[in-house]
Amino acid sequence: MTGDLLIRGVRPYGEGEPVDVLVRDGVVAEIGTRLSATAEVLDASGLVLLPGFVDLHTHLREPGGEESETIESGSAAAALGGYTAVFAMPNTDPVGDSAVVVEHVWRRGAEIGLVDVHPVGAVTVGLGGERMAELASMASSRARVRMFSDDGRCVHDPMLMRRALEYATSLDAVIAQHAEDPRLTEGAQAHEGVVAARLGLAGWPATAEETVVARDCALARDAGARLHVCHVSSAHTVAVLRAAKAAGVRVTAEVTPHHLLLTDATLTAYDPVHKVNPPLRTADDAREMRNALAEGVIDVVATDHAPHAAQYKDTEWAAARPGMLGLQTALSVLVRACVEPGRLDWRGVARVMSQRPAEIGRLRDQGRPIAVGEPATFTVVDPDDMWTVRGAGLASRGTNTPYEGMRLPATVVATVLRGRVTAREGKVAA
Amino acid sequence: MRHLLSVTDLDAAAATDLLDTADRLRQALLGREVRKLPTLRGRTVVTMFYEDSTRTRVSFEIAGKWMSADTVNVAARGSSVGKGESLRDTAATLAAAGADCVVVRHPASGAAHRMAHWADRAAKEGVVGPGGPGTATCVVNAGDGTHEHPTQALLDAATLRDRLGGIAGRRVGIVGDVLHSRVARSNVFLLATLGADVVLVAPPTLLPVGVEAWPCRVGAELEAELPTLDAVMMLRVQAERMRGTYFPSAREYAVRYGLSERRAALLPAHAVVLHPGPMVRGMEIAPAVADAPASAVLAQVRNGVHVRMAVLYHLLAGATA
Repeated sequence: MTGDLLIRGVRPYGEGEPVDVLVRDGVVAEIGTRLSATAEVLDASGLVLLPGFVDLHTHLREPGGEESETIESGSAAAALGGYTAVFAMPNTDPVGDSAVVVEHVWRRGAEIGLVDVHPVGAVTVGLGGERMAELASMASSRARVRMFSDDGRCVHDPMLMRRALEYATSLDAVIAQHAEDPRLTEGAQAHEGVVAARLGLAGWPATAEETVVARDCALARDAGARLHVCHVSSAHTVAVLRAAKAAGVRVTAEVTPHHLLLTDATLTAYDPVHKVNPPLRTADDAREMRNALAEGVIDVVATDHAPHAAQYKDTEWAAARPGMLGLQTALSVLVRACVEPGRLDWRGVARVMSQRPAEIGRLRDQGRPIAVGEPATFTVVDPDDMWTVRGAGLASRGTNTPYEGMRLPATVVATVLRGRVTAREGKVAA
Repeated sequence: MRHLLSVTDLDAAAATDLLDTADRLRQALLGREVRKLPTLRGRTVVTMFYEDSTRTRVSFEIAGKWMSADTVNVAARGSSVGKGESLRDTAATLAAAGADCVVVRHPASGAAHRMAHWADRAAKEGVVGPGGPGTATCVVNAGDGTHEHPTQALLDAATLRDRLGGIAGRRVGIVGDVLHSRVARSNVFLLATLGADVVLVAPPTLLPVGVEAWPCRVGAELEAELPTLDAVMMLRVQAERMRGTYFPSAREYAVRYGLSERRAALLPAHAVVLHPGPMVRGMEIAPAVADAPASAVLAQVRNGVHVRMAVLYHLLAGATA
């Protein structure tokens, strides 16, 4: 028998007895025991096989921010982190608000070929929040955009948000909202609470997120539209989402790895590596994020991978740009936050890292079950390995990881995209 | 003590030690014809102010000069900052130029912490510092955003100790714009460390969310608190840090939270009136109250010089001892 790749002794979803998975022509040809074939062999005994991860929220910075990340360096970080598809946010320079720019990003991603790069289109021209961008042109471009967001900024004008939601229904697209009332967060630097009060940092109140999500859920309900809430950070927002979902609103939500694990207690040294938008919140909020993810009120984990070159981070707190690296640490942080405490099993990891994000992003060949005839798009995970995070050792151009020096569980042994190994043992495919 | 960034760097013993040093330095200068001690000869103190200041900057400079340090003032305006130099590069430049101590005021909370971090990291990496490679500049926080102003709290403590004979067990009211006030933060935590009973009185809009975790009480009404206070500290309403409406009008603020003559009469006879300055007369404090014998406003300024001498002494002379 012949094939392209034979993964030996792996446990799909970490369940049952080890099996061999034979890949041919980019799809799963056979799953069984003691398969023999002429193929590249990946010895995966003791390892867990998951569908390839899909990140709905990545900043690849290109075009315009190449000192912090490029589509090439970001693709490498994605493959090494176990991702087979990433959605690239449009807050670039120029902004991804036209078919020309999103096609450029899509084409660069395809040329590099380490991960499927799906550009997110801007909702408004130039992220200006005033005029709707040409959503249909982007949707019908070669990039086939199905997600639109002004991420980094909130689509705050309620009428504009309503029109965008309505318009997107004709494209089967989703509006991903960065929920932040700009008036409630003017000058905001940190979660409004005990830590910010002591540190003299202007507060980012949780209500600035909660109120926008509540409004948007009502707008999405009336429009029958799909709404996706980016980076949920507050326990109050979870309550709004739970009620909206119970009422049948077509709303989905993501949480970042850092909001699952980190809290504003890390801010006391004023190191801007911890500055992020929305801000790190309290331990109670982080606990509620883990609960909501396990419960399904929050659908997916999305990284909000936000590389920044040193000159944007090694500054005083107020001058620093918000954001932190995420692609290569997301799995390990999720394992630490949710798998180790027993809140998620590996099937749950597959759900929040692959299956649900692929559904929300309307990707037909990602997040699929591990079965014969399905795309051979996988992440092979060593659940028992540990590693120490070093920002300088990550593939991104920026080194701004908040996990510097931390020892974290679980490593990505290999990433497979339609039968092709894109990353293996910490190295990307040549 | 490597740097002075926050009053929480000081426990009660260390704070008292600084106040005692300030007293000794004051005594040492008393009656001298030439008001100069040789203590910091050959040391260089740079004040780097990114915000306007009169009393803090002048008193640091005088403190350095009275101890024979070489003092240099750098204003953000007219320096390389105007050309876009980062705070980190400015800090490294001052260290390489020979600043043993940088006294910094900056509009960003935590700026002094970052400068101290960069100084220590550079020294560890063997970068050239004031005394050659591997030596570090020490950093004094002269006010960082809305975070802290530790030497202000120390000079307030010195003033209270002078006037009241001690701090432990005394009740101190802090009135006004607590939200934007680094003076309030430093005072609340230092006075609590020294055993005082601190009460805040402010419009709810000018108290930070999270104030309930501070070692103090929030009082409801100024007039109810005044008769119980040993000292009252009036804060300036910081129009320059305000991004919106915190109260309807200056008039209404003055009516509810200003220290009028009538209100000042509610204070016990021994009570002290403090103001960190600059005062907005007629807003948070009536002119007659500011100039009355109970007012320690100018004593605060003078104590500021002695306290800053003590801080420089502990940082710079202590380092060589």
